[in-house]
Amino acid sequence: MREREDEWTGLMRSAISGDSTAYHRLLKAITPVLRAVARRGLARAGQPIDQSEDIVQDILLAVHSKRHTWDVNAPFAPWLFAIARNKLIDALRRRGKRVFVNIDDFAETLPGEAQEERASASEIAAHLNTLPARQREVLQSIAVDSASIQDTAAKFSMSEGAVRVALHRGLANLTAKLRES
Amino acid sequence: MDTDQLIRTLAADNTQRAQPVGFVLMLALLAAAPVSLLMFFTELGVRPDVMTAMHNPFFGLKFAVTLALAASAIAVSLHLSRPEASLRGFVWWLLVPAGLLMAGISGEMMMPQRAPMMTRLVGNNSRACLISIPLMSLPLLAAALFGLRHGAPARPAVAGAIAGLAAAGLAATLYASHCTDDSPLFVATWYTIGTALVAAIGALIGSKVLRY
Repeated sequence: MREREDEWTGLMRSAISGDSTAYHRLLKAITPVLRAVARRGLARAGQPIDQSEDIVQDILLAVHSKRHTWDVNAPFAPWLFAIARNKLIDALRRRGKRVFVNIDDFAETLPGEAQEERASASEIAAHLNTLPARQREVLQSIAVDSASIQDTAAKFSMSEGAVRVALHRGLANLTAKLRES
Repeated sequence: MDTDQLIRTLAADNTQRAQPVGFVLMLALLAAAPVSLLMFFTELGVRPDVMTAMHNPFFGLKFAVTLALAASAIAVSLHLSRPEASLRGFVWWLLVPAGLLMAGISGEMMMPQRAPMMTRLVGNNSRACLISIPLMSLPLLAAALFGLRHGAPARPAVAGAIAGLAAAGLAATLYASHCTDDSPLFVATWYTIGTALVAAIGALIGSKVLRY
């Protein structure tokens, strides 16, 4: 457990200093844990666990948009679990459930728990369609077609800078829409 | 969009750097300050006998209290803008202005006074104080909430209330240079009520706008 969390902290430090590969690895590594947390939270609240993937994506977007609030000298896990807890409570509240989420649940969570079939997520996909065309195209190119920034720039005859801006604005818009819904 | 695709997209966006919350908060407060200053100079202005007032330690104490409130509330609100922050440990900073005020009250009690206690407490400007501090706070409160929105406060209402304390501390600093009531008893009563009002407004708005 400790080792895993130290590894996360190390990856996040690299990510903050600009290493996108480390960032990708970190997000990959925390996702199964977040998935287990979301499933357990839904199950405890008596909710169907097929909405867990929406919660996982919501947490990932919040981690991304708020990562500047992480203190590079602090461990990463407490920060992550605070965000996960906030988003889980938010999601359950939106579904009309008042629940208390125990922070200790997170520390114990093992990755891979109930991981076999993944529920599909629908919220982000729905909001994606309401984005301005350029932002949606860029997001889809990178997400769905797994094109790089460079490829995407070439495909739409944009500069790489413009692609980065469209990507960033698109993600910020998605985050805002999720918060409002 | 499945989660792997989302992760790929987020990683591609890693090159974009956001400013620290403290930086955004300071810029927002600096942008709002001229509005409060304009309100102050058009409606109130510095008291005419300010040069003599400066020799009165209780006139100076007002600024020590209001600036200590503003500084400690800004520090606490920045701490609370992090998702994993708890109030524990940090909230003691807010006792610094209260302690200064208490020391001022006991100091004044030990000195011979021309006016009786109730007269000093009620003062001449209570109504102006109750109106001016909240009104001059509003632009600063909006700025503080805007700055904190850039963070991720775990408790939006609490963070909003502390933002209210910061805004009220700054507004009260301006007001203190106008008001001729220097008794710490006056400050402890009317400044506190005005400040509490701003904190309540901050908590109310914060609970809505500071959720992330």
